[in-house]
Parts: sequence; C-alpha cells; structure tokens
Amino acid sequence: MTDNIALIDYGAGNLHSVHNALKAAGASSVSITSHPDAVVGADRIVLPGVGAFGACRDALMAIDGMVDALEQRVRHEGVPFLGICVGMQLLADTGVEHGTHRGLGWIGGTVKAIEAVSPDIKIPHMGWNDVQVCDNASLLENGEAYYLHGYHFDVVDADDIAATTHHGETLVAAVARGNILGVQFHPEKSQRYGIELLSRFLEWSP
Amino acid sequence: MTLRIRVIPCLDVKNGRVVKGVNFVDLKDAGDPVEQAQAYDAAGADELCFLDITASHEARGTILDVVKRTAEVCFMPLTVGGGVSSVRHARALLLAGADKVAINSAAVARPELVGEIAQKFGSQCVVASIDARGNGQGGWEIFTHGGRKPTGIDAVGHAMRLAELGAGELLVTSMDRDGTRDGYDLDLIRTIAGKVSVPVVASGGVGNLQHLVDGVKDGHASAVLAASIFHFGEHSISDAHKALRDAGLPARR
Repeated sequence: MTDNIALIDYGAGNLHSVHNALKAAGASSVSITSHPDAVVGADRIVLPGVGAFGACRDALMAIDGMVDALEQRVRHEGVPFLGICVGMQLLADTGVEHGTHRGLGWIGGTVKAIEAVSPDIKIPHMGWNDVQVCDNASLLENGEAYYLHGYHFDVVDADDIAATTHHGETLVAAVARGNILGVQFHPEKSQRYGIELLSRFLEWSP
Repeated sequence: MTLRIRVIPCLDVKNGRVVKGVNFVDLKDAGDPVEQAQAYDAAGADELCFLDITASHEARGTILDVVKRTAEVCFMPLTVGGGVSSVRHARALLLAGADKVAINSAAVARPELVGEIAQKFGSQCVVASIDARGNGQGGWEIFTHGGRKPTGIDAVGHAMRLAELGAGELLVTSMDRDGTRDGYDLDLIRTIAGKVSVPVVASGGVGNLQHLVDGVKDGHASAVLAASIFHFGEHSISDAHKALRDAGLPARR
C-alpha cells in the first residue's frame, strides 16, 4: 500500500497510536501533518481526536486553510476519509460539550452527553463493547471494539448510521456516507478488530 | 450485549524492569515490560497498566522509553502511573503513547492537579489512583508512597472529590490486601463505586479468578486489575474472561 496517508495533527492527542496502528495495518507512507497542502495531496485522510469537542474544533479551525482543504479533498474530490472518536464527532453540525460549538456539518446531527440512565451506567463509556453494523455498514464488520467517550453523536438521518452500540441507550458507533467513515471507538486500541478495519480502510475505493 | 467488564493486568515497573511486590517489599523480577505487554496484547487483555513504583523517590525517565516502545507494538489502551506530579509530566507520558495517566500522591497533596490535567487533555485520560487502608472504625484512610505514609485523609471523600474535579476513572487499591492474595477489599470498592458516576477499577489482593468475579458482583467495579496471578502463568486472560462469563457477567471472548 503506497498511497499517501495524511494523518492530521492539530494537537489533539493520540497521533502516534494511530500512526503505529496504520503501519501495523500495512500503510507504508503516513505523514503526520498540520499543513493543508499535504491534505490536498493525500490519497487518504485520517482525522483523529481526543478530548473535548470545542477544544478540538477550535484547534482544527486554527490551522489556516485546513478546513477548506478537507472540504475540497474529501467532499468534492471524494478521497477516502476516516474520523476517529472526536475526529468522527467533528463531522456533526454542532457539539454541546462545555458550550455549543459548530462542527464541520458533513453529517447531520448533534454531539451531546451520554445520559447516566441508572447508577450502574458509568460515564464515560469506557471499555470494550459491541460494534453492531446497520444496513449502511460501509467498511465495518460486527465485533468488539474499545470505546472511550462521555459524549455521543446523535445522528439526524438513520441512513448515515453505519453501526451502533449499547450503553444505557443505543449509541452511534459509526457514521458513513460515501467516502466518509467516522468511528466513535478507537481502532488503534482495538487489537485485531481495529487493525483489520484500518487494513480495509487502506484498500478502500468508495 | 453491553459494556464488557475489563480485565487489566498491571505491571509494576522499576528502572525499566517488571517487578511485583508482596506488600511492596519483597520484589521479584518478572521480566521485560515491553515483551510482557506484547504477550498481554496477544492474549486479549482489555487494557494494560504500568505502575512506575519507584518514581516517587528515585530517578525517573526510563518509563517514558518503556511506554514509547510499548505503544509501537501494542494496540490496546495503556494506563501509566507512578510519581505523576504535574501537567507537564502527564503530557510527556501521553505523548510517549500512554492513553491514560494515573495520578496518586500528587493528587493527595493537591487534588486540583486532577482537574488541571482533565481540562488540558480531557477527563477520559485521567485516572485518579487511590491507595487506602482500613482505619479500624469501618472507614478507610488514604496512604501514599507505596502504602507507607498515612495522610489522615478519608478515602471515600477523597475519591468523590477527585471524581468531581474531573477524573474519568478511579483506580482503588486496598493496601491492606495488596500482595496478600486474599481478594479485594470489597467493602472499600463497593462504597466508592456507589458514590461516584465514573467507572471504578478494583485493585489489590487478587489470588484467584473468583476474586475477579467478586470484585464486580460484590464490589460493583467496572474493571478488575490484577498482577501476579497473570504474571506467573497461573491464569490466562482468557481464563479470567471465562470466569466472568460463567458468573453471568459480560466479558470478551
């Protein structure tokens, strides 16, 4: 796999874990980058993210030209895109974590707090749980993956939901539309299940 | 199904080597941490914990290299604790490849540190690690420095405060039980788990697989941490998962 993979560095966490996992999945050319030019020249794009929605969004917006480069390369030119955790949540219209923040608005919906519906439902949703695929499964397969989040993506159009999981309530585990895939769980922390998903992403021609 | 109970092997690391203490005194060398981490990754451990047990009072730095090398070859969540004393220190561990940092003594001295790290990197990466001993009157007191130093601080109140300040998880270790193989202090674990909304990891005293089951069923823990029963090959991670499943609890296959 000699495609150029752009792994976007906007100061939001687990870059090296994702980089290591992409290498383990067979990627030979991954550039960790904060340059819009590298995004425009990339064959595949990965947007990681750890922490709070607003902080991640502000950090992404703070890179001059980055959002425009993503819009062009992913939405107009159809390059395969993978968003992970907050990198998936940023696809939403808005996030309501520590205030209300606008997202990229690529997939309709809102990122909101997971409700502790009973005392045994602990927040954050932390640990291994199901990935239960929907009709629009995209690259996903049924399995178990590692989740670590206190907020979830409440998606407007059910057709955009690729997989779900359950923690007190049904939560969106993945969103997909065309060349865009976003996963709430961490493939880079999900052992074989995660590495296999990344391998399929590297081969993906949507 | 539902969220699985996590089984977390813990490797105590000193000067870049794995050791496991019996009541933190009689240390035995149990090998190279990166090799052990890889073995646990392959065995399907749900997470891994490195505890740098000498960090509070001896030279640091070797752990960063261990974490970096581990993150290159292991694809499971990694928690690192031991002597984490500042936002800068936490950042160094997270950049090296840790997914979560456990704060212990420094959060006793200054609980606000938990909030500061949570604000900077998110609650999901902050584990508040609590070492407690029974006070002989039905309560528990916080101890620091590997269980040697009493603080006079009530353990349950401290746990609640750290959760409120932004800890994403509590790692609760009974220093009375640690190394004894008599099982978790279930009253301690259950009391804290009942008072916080974040997950609680039970720690200290596991001698057999039933103790793991008890930690969840009677201690109401979300995750179970153990060391020696895994390190010396008495039980595998899949034995632990099976014991949990056989008891009717959700665990990975």
